[in-house]
Amino acid sequence: MPGMFIDVQVDATVAKDPAMAKKLAEVCPVNIYAQNEDGTLAIVEKNLDECTLCDLCINASPPGTVRIVKLYE
Amino acid sequence: MRFYEYESKALFRRHGMPLGKSGLAKSADEAKRVAAEIGGPVVLKSQVLSGGRMKAGAVKFADAPDEAARHYETIVPILVNGQKCRAVLVEEKTPVAQEYFAAITWDGRRKCPVLVFSDMGGIDIEEVAEKHPEHVSKTHFSSLFPITPRIAKEAIAATGVTGDALNRLTPIVFELMRVFLAYDLTLAEINPLARLADGRFVVLDGHIDMEAEARGKHKKLLADLGIGPEETRQAREATPFEIKGAEVNAADHRGVAGNVVEFDGNLGLVIGAGGGSLTLFDAVRKHGGKPANYCEIGGNPSVSKAKELTKLILSKPGVEKIAVMMNVVSNTRVDIVARGVIKGCIEAGKKPSDVIAIFRIPGAWEGEGFKILAKYGVDYCDRSVSMYEAAGRAVAKMK
Amino acid sequence: MSILVDKNTTFLVQGITGREAVNLTRECLDYGSKVVGGVTPGRAGRDIYGVPVYDCVRDVVAKHGPVHGSIISVPPGFVRDAAFEAIENGIRLIVIVTENIPRQEVAQMVELAALRGTRIIGPNCLGLITPGECKMGGIGGPAANTRQAYSRGPIGIMSRSGGMTTEIASTLTAAGLGQSTAVSIGGDAIIGTTYAELMPLFEADPETKAIAIYSEPGGRMEAELAEWVVAHRSRLPIVAFMAGRFMDEMQGMRFGHAGTIVEGKEDTTAAKIERMEKAGISVAERIEQIPELIRKRLAEAR
Repeated sequence: MPGMFIDVQVDATVAKDPAMAKKLAEVCPVNIYAQNEDGTLAIVEKNLDECTLCDLCINASPPGTVRIVKLYE
Repeated sequence: MRFYEYESKALFRRHGMPLGKSGLAKSADEAKRVAAEIGGPVVLKSQVLSGGRMKAGAVKFADAPDEAARHYETIVPILVNGQKCRAVLVEEKTPVAQEYFAAITWDGRRKCPVLVFSDMGGIDIEEVAEKHPEHVSKTHFSSLFPITPRIAKEAIAATGVTGDALNRLTPIVFELMRVFLAYDLTLAEINPLARLADGRFVVLDGHIDMEAEARGKHKKLLADLGIGPEETRQAREATPFEIKGAEVNAADHRGVAGNVVEFDGNLGLVIGAGGGSLTLFDAVRKHGGKPANYCEIGGNPSVSKAKELTKLILSKPGVEKIAVMMNVVSNTRVDIVARGVIKGCIEAGKKPSDVIAIFRIPGAWEGEGFKILAKYGVDYCDRSVSMYEAAGRAVAKMK
Repeated sequence: MSILVDKNTTFLVQGITGREAVNLTRECLDYGSKVVGGVTPGRAGRDIYGVPVYDCVRDVVAKHGPVHGSIISVPPGFVRDAAFEAIENGIRLIVIVTENIPRQEVAQMVELAALRGTRIIGPNCLGLITPGECKMGGIGGPAANTRQAYSRGPIGIMSRSGGMTTEIASTLTAAGLGQSTAVSIGGDAIIGTTYAELMPLFEADPETKAIAIYSEPGGRMEAELAEWVVAHRSRLPIVAFMAGRFMDEMQGMRFGHAGTIVEGKEDTTAAKIERMEKAGISVAERIEQIPELIRKRLAEAR
């Protein structure tokens, strides 16, 4: 089930890079990011609404490649 | 968390404190069997989480096993201060020469444990302290540095006890002090502590309270004593609604949301935090509102925790609307609570704008929170509306 | 002037890498507080918003010189040792944020602190703030929200409830009454510093002209305050807000904080109100009455 309040958009260049996926999984305090078996990025949908808008994922990736969308705006 | 007398005594027995022969009976037949095993006169005592058993008629003496069985039937239905009897403790009746009192509790002002001892046990200690202050000693001791028996000795001797009695009492009282510290108790009491005609001492009744916060540290002891995690040991037993609330709270370690106390009104309360909840509950009642529950959210609960609490309250029969209110928040976030509550309403099949009577949580991240509330059409207010006024608005919508 | 903390106060955060500690560190920095270091065992070498992380309090002190205070935000089972570590490394002001600590452990921390001359605020509190100078703890939340609620002025606040500290401040600020220092003292049955123990500090602070407190059932803290006020002929008018009046009808049930349970007549709100009023403390029934009561008491004092 997608988030009711928050969506996360990640550019393919980041999502397909196992190193970036690992980094995102580490920095997110509410476990929105995980890695698939092949190391690529997985979004944990049930945790999307737990996003605290801490921006740690945005800061950890190249500018503009990760976007947090507030669905209530 | 209060222990039953038989649990307190089981703990004392583990620590080698002197106890009379006894057995727990859960039927008249068992009472009869235990009495026969003990042989001779026995006392039957209701196992209930309240004082005042004697006055309520829940303590009886029997000379023969058949009489014990009859007394069992009389005792079991008696409520003592509203508390139900769990079982009956059948104990040998001992001829008592003198009764003493020993208890350890916390002195919140001195911030250390205090040992209270009296050579006038068996009766209300407050009364003894008032009428015979020279027979009551109060001795504070360290919870940081090792304790030794001399503290117990000094406390006992201060009431005028000397001779053989002093020397026999000292190790018992000292052990009580050690038990108090070992299990994070908030009360360890023996009353009466009896001296028999032959000079021996026996613990006749005991009362133990363990700090709720320390239950996790003493899981093994509690399991050994048969005290399950679902037993809250509050002034009344937890209702199924309250047990479900505790489950909601325990399911997620982030923040507090879920611990509820059930009332029978129609206005569900999603309120916080500790002090804010007390304030808001008073305010709802002052406006003539009928709360369906008390609860506390705080410590920045997760969205899912706030959601589950909301669903639980909305599922309670008779709840028509919920009021979501807190004091100006610092660590709990307005937007996180708003998300959780709205999601809870929707998952419960209700429209947030219909079922939320008022949302009054100003403070941390209120800008984001208010955007969410506006989007879903929820009636919300900021800090310019006082907690008291917000409660009044919620109550007005119930009429 | 103020009490306990001012613009020169430095402190560290023990448990700095935890979810809540990260948050309060950012808030304190944004507010202008001097957070010189953090401690999380095994995480030395990292930084949280530019604050260096160390393994031990000793390392923070060695690197940054004497540090005034520490905020402890570690899980309940680790709090006692964290406090011992801070005390034995010369920290003289400790704010304990963590809740659910058995009172024996609190008593042990308090006993060692007293021996060494350290003051403990909390546990189970949001810390303290001298508006415009230093925010030590989560009190007030993010810096922008904190500035909204707290303003500088003559009122000292003491509160057993963290949340209500900010509610009272926000109400005072809206009424044009600023605060000298506001202290969330914690809601547990045994705490590091009580109302009566803070009173001498406010009494000695020339900026403080009146006191507002949040009060609730349970414990003897209000009685202790009332005795102190009478015994020391306090110059400071005090206005108390009393919550939990409904609890008088429900003895033995625990609501709110760990310290909030009515176990005897002395613990009820009715008994507390009577005792405080006898000592000259005004008791408000609603938060919004606090500013007018304070103004009235200040006018009488003149």
